[in-house]
Amino acid sequence: MDARKESEPTIMQNRTTVARKSERELVVTRTFNGPARIVFEAWTKPELLKRWWAPKSTGLSLISCEADVRAGGRYRFEIGNEASKPMAFFGRYIEVTPHSRLVWTNEESDDGAVTTVTFEDKGGKTLLVIHELYPSKEALEVVIAGMEGGMPETFEQLDELLVALDASVGRS
Amino acid sequence: MVQYASDRLNASFAALSDATRRGVLEQLGRADASITDLAEKFHMTLTGMKKHVGILEQTGLVTTEKVGRVRTCKLGLRRLEEEAAWIERYGQLWDARFDELDKVVEELKRKEKAYGRKKRE
Repeated sequence: MDARKESEPTIMQNRTTVARKSERELVVTRTFNGPARIVFEAWTKPELLKRWWAPKSTGLSLISCEADVRAGGRYRFEIGNEASKPMAFFGRYIEVTPHSRLVWTNEESDDGAVTTVTFEDKGGKTLLVIHELYPSKEALEVVIAGMEGGMPETFEQLDELLVALDASVGRS
Repeated sequence: MVQYASDRLNASFAALSDATRRGVLEQLGRADASITDLAEKFHMTLTGMKKHVGILEQTGLVTTEKVGRVRTCKLGLRRLEEEAAWIERYGQLWDARFDELDKVVEELKRKEKAYGRKKRE
C-alpha cells in the first residue's frame, strides 16, 4: 500500500536495557519513536496491547486479554501455545495517569511484583521505563532461579520463560 | 541487545576492596583450597579467614562445600553467570514485545497523521 510506503520509518534501532537495580528490583528501559500519548495508548487499549504482548516470534499467542485500565481496574491475560495449557496472569491497576504512568499489581501469588511503567516525552520520542519491585529478595531470586536448568537458548522456548516470569513464582 | 548491570556486582566490588580477599580469589582461580590452606597461605587465623571467605560467599564470588571435616572453597562465578543469562533472556522477551510495539506505534502515528490531514482539508 502506498500510504504504508510513504511513511515507512527509517529503522532506528532502539536498545532495550535490563538491569537488576537492587535485591528486589528489575528495571527495563527502551525508547520508542513516537510521542508518549501514542505509546501509552498502545499499553492501555486491550485491542492494541493484544497485538504486541505475546509476540509471534516467541511462539506464543494471547488467548484472551482483558484489561480495565483505570485505578482499581483488573486485568487478566491468558497466554499459551498449541502444546501447553494456557497460563493466566492477573492483577489490578493501582495507578493510571494518562500518558505518563501506569502501576499494576500481580496477584497470582503473594510474591508477585508491583510494576510501574513510566512514559517520558523526549522530543517526539518516548523513554519507557518498566520498574518491577518484588516483595522480597527471595521472591525475585525464585523468579531468576526458575529460569535456570538447561533451558534451550532458542527463541521458541521463550514460552517457558514467559510463564515463569509472569507467574513470578518460578518452579513449584 | 541487553546491557547487564547489577548492584550485585557493586557488592562484589565492595568485597574485592580488601587485598586479602582479592588474594584469596586469585588463589582459588589457580586451585580450590580449604580454609585451613588459605589461612596458612595468608598467615591468618582460621577465624579470620572464615570471615573473609564468608564475605566472598555472600556475594556469590566464592562457594564452599564441606566434605568430612574439610571445608573446600572454590570460585563461585556460576551464580553471577546464571543471573546474567537470565537477564539476557528476559531482555530478549521484552525485545520481542517491543519490536511488535514499534509496529503498533508506527501505525498509530500514521493514523494520526492521516486524520490531521483530513481535518485540515
